[in-house]
Amino acid sequence: MSDAILRLTAVTRVHGTGANEVHALRGISFAAHPGELVAVMGPSGSGKSTLLTIAGGLDQPTAGAVSVEGTDLVGLSPDERARMRRTSIGYVFQGFNLIPALTAAENVALPRELDGIGARQARDEARRALEEVGIGDLADRFPDDMSGGQQQRVAIARAVVGERRLILADEPTGALDTETGEEILRLLRARCDTGAAGVLVTHEARHAAWADRVVFLRDGVVVDETGSSPVELLTEPAAR
Amino acid sequence: MSVKHALLALLEQQPMYGYQLRVEFEQRTGTTWPLNVGQVYTTLTRLERDGLASAEGEDAEGHLIYRITDAGRDEVATWFTTPVSRTQPPRDELAIKLALAVTVAGVDVGTVIQQQRSATMAALQDYTRLKRQAGSSTVAPAEPAEPADLAWSLVLDSLVFGAEAEIRWLDHCEARLRRAAVERSAAPTTSAPASERSTR
Repeated sequence: MSDAILRLTAVTRVHGTGANEVHALRGISFAAHPGELVAVMGPSGSGKSTLLTIAGGLDQPTAGAVSVEGTDLVGLSPDERARMRRTSIGYVFQGFNLIPALTAAENVALPRELDGIGARQARDEARRALEEVGIGDLADRFPDDMSGGQQQRVAIARAVVGERRLILADEPTGALDTETGEEILRLLRARCDTGAAGVLVTHEARHAAWADRVVFLRDGVVVDETGSSPVELLTEPAAR
Repeated sequence: MSVKHALLALLEQQPMYGYQLRVEFEQRTGTTWPLNVGQVYTTLTRLERDGLASAEGEDAEGHLIYRITDAGRDEVATWFTTPVSRTQPPRDELAIKLALAVTVAGVDVGTVIQQQRSATMAALQDYTRLKRQAGSSTVAPAEPAEPADLAWSLVLDSLVFGAEAEIRWLDHCEARLRRAAVERSAAPTTSAPASERSTR
């Protein structure tokens, strides 16, 4: 398989010390390749969100290595890591995390402007990203004037704008109804099909099923993994 | 599954012959519940015997065409307006297997659960793959154009939700078994204060 966009090697994360020591992750190795969507499932406290924050450089492992696009995140200075987060990694959160005072297009353009590209180019890219997620016509709306599903589309556009090829999604469908949630997964899936790597943390099996691989975590270790070898249970509907 | 009612409901649209009924059925349900042509003809014969459908001669190619009767229409209407009975749950092999696994000595229930979850997850991924094929590859969720396509995608959703429910139930079983194990191992130490409290 081609080089992984994200690779975690023997990652351990311990919170607290002494009697309060909590092992959130215990020596986890994990990779996401171009074109691949990987789902991480597990009960509360299994370490799945910790895995995602470490993968995205928002948290540092106690031991082990994290590389994104071949760059070792652990060895970077905080400034370099912040730049990496802006340029290479896209986040989608359950709560959307859009800035209410900015329009959809401005929300999407913001990370690109922080990267130092011109405002005009940033806005063009933002509009393209919004069109890609099917809401090009809502570019000038404010988040409060949009439905939950529309806001999450904006968040996805913001996560993929520019050249970013790693998308990390933490329960992105949490607050949405089943049909809207499915549209969001369709979008993530489509983005991965065009070459990005995605990691989706979810507790819903129905959503994890959109992934190529499903990794089950429990107490900070991978207990099981469902690969993508298809079981031919069903065939296509009869010829029409 | 009520093949009888499904075929009657199809005949209500227009008179059809056996093979045609099978094609129409599978357009709506995929090959989730395969119908063989023999089964279709046996059912048609029974429908005719019961006065719910009648054979009305052959078409140009020699196919025997069936038409629904008034009694048949009533039967279909009753079928659609009566909820599917939940009083007699179908035998669930997995529930039975787990019920026995937790009571029979020497069975590693954790492994039983984990293996089943992987298998059900793989099936769920397959259903989802079929949904992706059935749906559109574009960004906007294209509504299925034909009613039969919509029917098939709803059947797929039913399989998806069923598999999801099974995985949730397995997670739940696992959590309960772990808690029960913890309580069992903690029992000797916690029982003493409990009895102290009760005698106070």
